[in-house]
Amino acid sequence: MTDPAQDQPVEGALSPSRVRAIRANALGIGLATGAYGISFGAIAVASGMTAWQAQALSLGMFTGASQFALVGVLGAGGGAVAAVITAWLLGARNGLYGLHMAPLLRPRSWRRVLAAQWTIDESTGMGMAHQDTPAGGRLAFWATGAAVYVLWNLGTLLGAVGASALDDPARFGLDAAIPAGFLALLWPRLKDRTAWLVAAGAAVVALALTPLTRPGIPVLASAVVAVAAGMLMTRRHR
Amino acid sequence: MIWAAILLGSLGCYALKLSGYLVPTGLLERPLVRAIAGLLPIALLSSLVVVQTAAASTALVVDARLAGLGAAIVALLLRAPFLLVVVVAAVAAAAVRALGWSP
Repeated sequence: MTDPAQDQPVEGALSPSRVRAIRANALGIGLATGAYGISFGAIAVASGMTAWQAQALSLGMFTGASQFALVGVLGAGGGAVAAVITAWLLGARNGLYGLHMAPLLRPRSWRRVLAAQWTIDESTGMGMAHQDTPAGGRLAFWATGAAVYVLWNLGTLLGAVGASALDDPARFGLDAAIPAGFLALLWPRLKDRTAWLVAAGAAVVALALTPLTRPGIPVLASAVVAVAAGMLMTRRHR
Repeated sequence: MIWAAILLGSLGCYALKLSGYLVPTGLLERPLVRAIAGLLPIALLSSLVVVQTAAASTALVVDARLAGLGAAIVALLLRAPFLLVVVVAAVAAAAVRALGWSP
């Protein structure tokens, strides 16, 4: 992709080439996300959900990591309460994304309702990457949000209906697809030493608690590692 | 029960998204809140990886899922896209089972 900042250094209308570039980029992200929507749909069904339930999650929850977590914890017998709280904790970062997007989008009424639902990793990342001109940032956010919402839901439908046709998902290794999905979501976040330490600490806590508590609790308890590391980090930076 | 979890989970996740647009900026911009919100996905995703790989209810087990995870790591190191990572893991686990090496 060309550097958009060169096309449009000042305020005002976006050049047609920049609009095309942003739209193409948004579509590319949507297609990639749609592909992993397929795996979400298949995994949700393999974990015991119906295709309707998988689709309801993609339409209503619409934040991948939380959806995978809800499905994974429920499927592992962790119970609804632990599953819901884990999904919430994973969704907390979207609140911070909204904070970054609010001054750029300044959405009112129904646009605010929609902007909130579409505030996820991909749309926020694109919005921030193009916010050197506000119009570019807004277009990037809305185009990415729309592309990802539509294609994530289409992918979910394909995967859920496809997996519903299989008689024994474990025979096809779909149970192994669940941790692989979580790992693929974790991988790009392991950018520095703090991230690696938090990941390792959380893994140790979860493994140690697995024989001692009911399913679902070990994952929830590992959140303590993030809280402790956050407190240590902010103290050191003060 | 599953529907209740879907509904409550979705409502809570939407409320969190909306909070960024409604809550006064000062509250969410505190360094501690930012640091914890950034680290939470790392901790939870990491523990989900190990629990979903090695736990069978409250027992720790080694089975075909571990082979699947190993294959996923190789795929990620080779920069494979998300769907391929997941497929590779499923195929590896299915292969280990088909060969009778693991339940």
